[in-house]
Amino acid sequence: MLQVVLFNVTNGLIIGAFYVLMALGLSLILNLSNVINFAHGNFLALGGYLAFMLAPSIGYWGALIISPLLVALIGVVVERLMLRRVYNRDPVYSLLFTFGLAFVMQDAARYIWGPNGLPMGLPAILAQPLSAELFFITWYRIFMVAIVIVTVIGLFAFLRYTRIGLRIRAGTLDLETVATLGINVSLLRTFNFAVGCMLAGLSGVLAAGQIGLNPNMGDDLLMPSFIAIIIGGVGSLTGTLFGGLLIGLAAALTTVVYPSASEAVIYVIMMLVLLLRPRGLLGEEGMMS
Amino acid sequence: MSAPVGIVTAIPAAAQTAKVNASALRRWLPVIVIWAALIAVPLWLPLVGGYTALAGRVLVLGLAAMGLNLLLGFTGVLSFGHAAYFGLGAYGAGLTLRYLVHSTPLAMLAGTLLGGLAGMVFGSLIVRRRGVYFAMCTIAFGQICYYVAYSWNGFTGGFDGLRNFHREPIGFGLLTLDITDGGARFYYFIVAVFAIAVTLMGILIRSPFGRTLRAIRENERRARFLGIRIERHIWLSFSISCFFTALAGTLYALLNNFADPLALHYSLSGYFVIMAVMGGMRTFWGPLLGAAVFVVLQDYISSMTVNWMSFIGVLFMFVVLFFPRGLLGMWQWRSPA
Repeated sequence: MLQVVLFNVTNGLIIGAFYVLMALGLSLILNLSNVINFAHGNFLALGGYLAFMLAPSIGYWGALIISPLLVALIGVVVERLMLRRVYNRDPVYSLLFTFGLAFVMQDAARYIWGPNGLPMGLPAILAQPLSAELFFITWYRIFMVAIVIVTVIGLFAFLRYTRIGLRIRAGTLDLETVATLGINVSLLRTFNFAVGCMLAGLSGVLAAGQIGLNPNMGDDLLMPSFIAIIIGGVGSLTGTLFGGLLIGLAAALTTVVYPSASEAVIYVIMMLVLLLRPRGLLGEEGMMS
Repeated sequence: MSAPVGIVTAIPAAAQTAKVNASALRRWLPVIVIWAALIAVPLWLPLVGGYTALAGRVLVLGLAAMGLNLLLGFTGVLSFGHAAYFGLGAYGAGLTLRYLVHSTPLAMLAGTLLGGLAGMVFGSLIVRRRGVYFAMCTIAFGQICYYVAYSWNGFTGGFDGLRNFHREPIGFGLLTLDITDGGARFYYFIVAVFAIAVTLMGILIRSPFGRTLRAIRENERRARFLGIRIERHIWLSFSISCFFTALAGTLYALLNNFADPLALHYSLSGYFVIMAVMGGMRTFWGPLLGAAVFVVLQDYISSMTVNWMSFIGVLFMFVVLFFPRGLLGMWQWRSPA
């Protein structure tokens, strides 16, 4: 029994870590640019596929670093060329745009890499289990969680202590004032979009080692990420962080008791939050509402 | 965006009468053309290579998009989850026919009520949200419905969808309307339901309530200062739009004798939104035109290539970047009234 619980708790932590990475990227873009990035799951898949292509030549570790940066670069191109034009319009346009982009990217991935799943090779050291007793925990799972923790701490430190990070946070609260103070908001948004895409790309590389590659690999993560943002409260990155961990763990613990309700529990939590605390757990009243 | 309603300018009397005649013509001509085209579909559609069921599909999805547009275009509130109410309507009708009674009107009533009431309940939870946050909540709720239909295998048929039901003949006392075959008779049944629903929508939009919704769209803060209860109006608009979309959903179930989880999926919500935007979301008939273009394109492209997703995706991006006003919106813009 203890093993079952432990197994599901680690699963929950890992799934929650993916939700967190995805949702933080989505949340960054949502807060500053007021855009729901439907294509976020496809940027994730792109990260995985790029790592798959790069790994034979520059090795797994190189791909782990280069692939998210390439995804960020592609994000910059999309943002600069197209998405930027719809920022100041009704939100319906940015939603439709990223929705269409998601279709194109998914179809392109299917066209280039095929509709079937591909395996992602891992360095031998990561593929081993911790011990015979804890056979279900490989080093890779520990490694994933560690990378996510480091990334999240890095992101929060970046937003707190660097000049650009401060500007991003200020822009979330009052973009007009930030622009009036002479900051190039357009570039700030591009940079912010790139950071969001990079987080998606990183989750893609990590997810590829866990579940393998397929063109729809990001789809299952997109909806829980939305829900993590709603639960945590729009406008609050800390809220998104807790929201992601909460639904990951809740889903995993439900699996122990009643497996078929594991997804339902996420939705139940969301409805409860909307009912009891409509602004979200850590959302501020008036933000984005 | 749109021209303010009811600006009075000084125009000489003669010119004014001419203008009134011209504007009456401008107002009624499209309506006459649309209804004539819809009624004559079984005559002209086969000539251009279509089939009557395709026209039925256009009307059903067009009705759903017009229902959504009450909220999107006329109240200025974005729902990206209207497939939920469409699908609930479809499942409501299908489940009623399969498990409860073999009656088409009762099935439609049940489906419409199921979708509409779900909209009322959920709308009350999120009505204080605005913009993208509102949209995100509607998406999430849509996914709940999708998830339930997908995983409740025994009752809804799960991923394979709900089968084993079919539309029943409708009895009017002595007369019986047999709509069980897929031909022109069922098409005219859809046209009749569509006509009733669209007439109700038209009355609603021209009523003081409809004007209030447009006032909220144009300037929410000012409307609030005028004493309009914003939340209640948005909630009503959301609920009414859900009822219309659910009604369209029941027709969809009858049209296919089938209801599947994809009728609840957020992709379909996206299709409804693009229909409204592509046709012109600030116009009454725009969503119907958008639905026609979308359905025909999808039917054509998916028969041509397996990469139809790319084409649909590019269409989305293209419309957003270059035709944000939509087809009818551009037409109105070029010839301002």
